[in-house]
Amino acid sequence: MFKKLSEKIEMRRVAKGKQPKEQFKRSINRSAGGDFGVLFFLVVCALAMSLPVIYAIGQSFKPLDELWLFPPHFFPNRWVIDNFVDLFRLMGDSWVPFSRYIFNTVLISISGTFGNVILSSFAAYAIAKIPFPGRNMLFQTIVYSLMFNSTVTGITNFLLMSYLKMIDTYWAVIVPACCTTFGLYLMKQFMESSVTDAVLESARIDGAGEFRIFWKIAMPMVKPAWITLIIFAFKDLWNSGASTYIYSEELKTFNYAISQLVTSGVARTGVSAASTVVMMIVPCAVFYITQSNVIQTMSTSGMKD
Amino acid sequence: MAKKEQAVVRKDISRFRWTLSEIKKHKVAYLMVAPFFILFIMFYVVPVVLSVVLSFTVFNMLEFPEFVFFDNYIRLLFDDEVFITAIKNTLIFAVITGPASYLLSLFFAWFINELRPKLRAFLTLIFYAPSISGAVYLIWAVFFSSDQYGFVNAYLIEFGIINEPILWFQDTDTIFPLIIVVALWTSLGTSFLTFIAGFQVVNKDLYEAGAIDGIKNRWQELWYITLPSMRPQMMLSAILSITGAFGFGGVITALVGFPSPDYCVHTIMHHLDDYGGARYEMGYASAIATILFFMMIGCNLLITRILRKVGS
Repeated sequence: MFKKLSEKIEMRRVAKGKQPKEQFKRSINRSAGGDFGVLFFLVVCALAMSLPVIYAIGQSFKPLDELWLFPPHFFPNRWVIDNFVDLFRLMGDSWVPFSRYIFNTVLISISGTFGNVILSSFAAYAIAKIPFPGRNMLFQTIVYSLMFNSTVTGITNFLLMSYLKMIDTYWAVIVPACCTTFGLYLMKQFMESSVTDAVLESARIDGAGEFRIFWKIAMPMVKPAWITLIIFAFKDLWNSGASTYIYSEELKTFNYAISQLVTSGVARTGVSAASTVVMMIVPCAVFYITQSNVIQTMSTSGMKD
Repeated sequence: MAKKEQAVVRKDISRFRWTLSEIKKHKVAYLMVAPFFILFIMFYVVPVVLSVVLSFTVFNMLEFPEFVFFDNYIRLLFDDEVFITAIKNTLIFAVITGPASYLLSLFFAWFINELRPKLRAFLTLIFYAPSISGAVYLIWAVFFSSDQYGFVNAYLIEFGIINEPILWFQDTDTIFPLIIVVALWTSLGTSFLTFIAGFQVVNKDLYEAGAIDGIKNRWQELWYITLPSMRPQMMLSAILSITGAFGFGGVITALVGFPSPDYCVHTIMHHLDDYGGARYEMGYASAIATILFFMMIGCNLLITRILRKVGS
């Protein structure tokens, strides 16, 4: 009976001039039980993964009296936005005007991200597409640099920056952000597989210079890669407290100001949960929108030996 | 790529002359890589070299460094019990969270790949969110808060399992497992995305060919077809997971505080911050950084060598 109904619906859809729906076919090597098991496992794990985040969201909408209920409720009985209002009021009361923190974050994020994408694309294009001597060595160095992180270089970076008088300026955050080896790595791998040599060759025969080819031909072809680089760079800069190299209050970032509100105990539990929610919305939304580009870029990122 | 270059090697001039002429021909390429690699040398190469050099000195940032041979290393290894604890903790962390986060990334990505696109995109976000949203892990401190209003304590008391609230992030017995859970929670990052992408580019024809050759279920398919054709992604993921596992320390400071009770979750990173950031013993801190550097590189090279052997 169900079958007949679904067939009828399908016929009506086709009669209206729509594409016939693809028949759902079980893929090879898949059993119904297995499919169900996988879905069940994923749903359980996804719930477990998102439990703390959901709790934070619930916490941020609770009115004051419900924060100290025993036992605590997972979700508020009465949803209020008091905590968010308080958060922004506290921000307004801070010593340095809050717009300044936002300005700092925006300035640092935009200039750092811009520099990062431009510098890595230039270098990646040359390494991937111009057969100059030494390029394999350069790329190998980049791969080795993926094997350690900033913990190792932190101390000496600090010494170097204080020698260059960059400490306590915007430069201390922006300049290092322009050079992320993972960005170059991703860009190079993507260029290698998605910019075809034939197109570049014909442009070279037409007499176009390398810079021109880079801007007019290569860059438009690697749009997913630079979107990905923008997201990775932006995410790092957005989350950066920028407090290691910056002491002046008026140069610090939004993230720093918010975490300061929370950890210094100025704010209540509800307000700190609200700030967590505010801080995570932006990177999550950006990632969700651009996800297909990121996945496309990552698919070329494998390390060939 | 290397093969292609070999093809144009000319016989009539020496290799050196040929290289020179190639350099001249591709001048513009050097111009393109220059800005990036100048910064790369400044922020990666020089710091590593400098920390190796400084590790043989006593340096307090005021006076000129004084050369002391291996004194820093001798002091670290034989006279600094906290450092031995830090090494032990770092290794335990790396050995547990590195492989665990690698396997979690692999299996979650594999399962997610079976779903339809809309659901896939949504679940990817759910699993990836903790690692991109900055300080969201602080919510664990509220979740496992040590008073009776903490969510976990409240329900354990409510159901009569415990009588007194547990001091989750102060009790040396509970800190370690909790930190590992939080570490795994935030570790589904770039390596997870690499796997998600890797599963999508496996040649679909291989699956049909495999089915004809007698592959019966999804596990065999994973082992005999998918994993061998994803080796490049597996290599990159391994490197990212290992590096991540060794560099995990900021979360501990944020949740437990510094120093941790009885140094029970003191890692090399904390030791480094202590001597470099608080005591300004830059020579000693550089020795710590140098040891960490070689541990990371060594571990990565070992694992990539092993992975290269898999299936070949």
